[in-house]
Amino acid sequence: MSDPTIGSMVTTPPAEDPAVAGGTAPPDAGLPAGKQRQGKPRGLLGDAWLDLRRRPMFWIPAVLILIFVVMAAVPQLFTHTDPTQGLLERSRVAPSGSAWFGYDVQGQDVYARVIYGARASIVVAVLSTIGTVLIGGAIGILAGFRGGWVDAVLSRIADIFFGLPFVLGAIVILFTFNKPGSSNSTFKIMMLVIVSLVVLTWPVSMRIMRSSVLATKEADYIVAARALGASSARIVFKHLLPNCLAPLLVYSTILIGSFIGAEATLSFLGVGLHSPVVSWGIMISESQNYIRVSPHLLLFPATFLVIAVLSFVMLGEAVREALDPKLR
Amino acid sequence: MSDILVSEQSASDASGRPTGRLLEVDDLRVEFRTRDGVAKVINGVTYHVDAGETLAVLGESGSGKSVTAQTIMGILDTPPGYVTGGQVRFHGRDMLAMSSEQRRRIRGEGIAMIFQDALSALNPVFTVGFQIGEQFRIRRGMSRADAKKRTIEMLDLVQIPNAKGRVNNYPHQFSGGMRQRVMIAMSLALDPEVLIADEPTTALDVTVQAQIMDLLAELQRERRMGLILITHDLGVVADVADRIAVMYAGRIVEEANVHELYAKPAHPYTLGLLDSIPRIDEKGQQLRTIKGLPPSLLNIPPGCPFNPRCPMAQPICREKVPPLLQLGPTRASACHFAEELVNNG
Repeated sequence: MSDPTIGSMVTTPPAEDPAVAGGTAPPDAGLPAGKQRQGKPRGLLGDAWLDLRRRPMFWIPAVLILIFVVMAAVPQLFTHTDPTQGLLERSRVAPSGSAWFGYDVQGQDVYARVIYGARASIVVAVLSTIGTVLIGGAIGILAGFRGGWVDAVLSRIADIFFGLPFVLGAIVILFTFNKPGSSNSTFKIMMLVIVSLVVLTWPVSMRIMRSSVLATKEADYIVAARALGASSARIVFKHLLPNCLAPLLVYSTILIGSFIGAEATLSFLGVGLHSPVVSWGIMISESQNYIRVSPHLLLFPATFLVIAVLSFVMLGEAVREALDPKLR
Repeated sequence: MSDILVSEQSASDASGRPTGRLLEVDDLRVEFRTRDGVAKVINGVTYHVDAGETLAVLGESGSGKSVTAQTIMGILDTPPGYVTGGQVRFHGRDMLAMSSEQRRRIRGEGIAMIFQDALSALNPVFTVGFQIGEQFRIRRGMSRADAKKRTIEMLDLVQIPNAKGRVNNYPHQFSGGMRQRVMIAMSLALDPEVLIADEPTTALDVTVQAQIMDLLAELQRERRMGLILITHDLGVVADVADRIAVMYAGRIVEEANVHELYAKPAHPYTLGLLDSIPRIDEKGQQLRTIKGLPPSLLNIPPGCPFNPRCPMAQPICREKVPPLLQLGPTRASACHFAEELVNNG
């Protein structure tokens, strides 16, 4: 079987050398009979799921993400301590048998804060990523598929947003719509953080989607679908999209990680979430003055953050491989 | 060949009234507007195909044979390609004047196309069963189960062994020849009246080529399809074609039935092509070629486009474009000296 190694993120099949494609393979060369898939036809996702089920590289991050999601939804399952109750007499007490992760500057329990912190961090990161991918992806498909002036206009708009420096842009947005001290509504601040992350990062998704649409729409199978009378909507959603999705999917898993970090950055600058809301970003920024004397203040939230980011990246990689039939 | 009909060849009436033919291309003109200028890719191509007939369109790379096919199918890339004149009539109705929705309905059911490289013409993320069955489900409104049954029938029809087991395989799990069979099955799914095969065997090795051509010829006979076979392979043509249209620089330079063309070519270009087929009795000698290169389509020389390479070129060839003249009931040539060629051989 000629199975080209696909190292690149773009999944457009490389045009195989005709000499190789013609091949000297006997007409009925294929998989050994035992490996052939029998039974009713499955869709793309069905086959991907069959493939994923067998991979430890899928199960490990999936289980970890599940734990984080449960942690975000019902933190009471993991701890009975109130994360915001501080006793100054136990400020920066090191980890011990009674308090596994020790206490922070305010004498609050670090373990409880890490558990409760998952909610803000994960909600902000996941929602921002979904927003970015949906908006950027939709605009990217439109620009790539229509081409011409539609592409020109949309690409220039994307360039404008791309030109805005991220931190500066986020500060301006958050300052304009939520002056420090004006509102302490957690929901409102969270939404604003999400909106500013989406507004400032969608052009990257748009460009990824646009370039893979541009590469794929010239492919013979798209022309063939058109030649056999498929409608434009069918070509875009059924034939183009599955072939263009992988790069964006991989990017989005990395994005979740960097959004957790971005949320921390904004919290650190005082324009994002702030106490009494608990998030890993807030904990990391609070620990920065005590890194040398009390490293546990940084260590535990940072560990959770790294594991969460890593899980999303690994999951994304496993899903990408499962969605690409050539890597099966 | 004493009485030679000298009249402008017309596959249809000048008025464009239906003549009962299945597919007619009439004086088609296509140009590519590029940064370097306007390339006149198709300069008045006229051919037709009837039910149950195989027309081979022969020509070297860049002669416009594929662009003609793309224009018929409506998959010409615009920009840079623009149709500047002529008609493509299907059952007498001009497709170029139809709405895009009307044209879309003809694709697949009326006219279908087979591509050169079946691997890139099949969607890599779907099983072949899905891709063939999709047409039954969407265009015929069949249920998934019925569509699958029909798909397996189609795969059986194109002689894929163990069709039932392979229907859920992905394109990359098939060998080159099998992939081309899948492609044929896909094109024939909606039972088109005209099939355009754009170099269907170029990417295959010789033994598989023969199998695929046999299969195509057989299916064409069974279903009484009109087959337009686009190729640059004279060997392939001789076996299956009824008529041949030879293209050069966006024009038809000669049209004839197979026997006439091979026996007595009526255009120096055809003569050169036939002469350059390697022959077993000339083993060890240098292969004959047609000297020179095809003209740049941005700058086609005045007169006959073939004149710079033609061994028989006369002054008139550099001045006047030879029209495609009827030489007999079934043949036509665009050469000022066609009669001499045929008579003197």
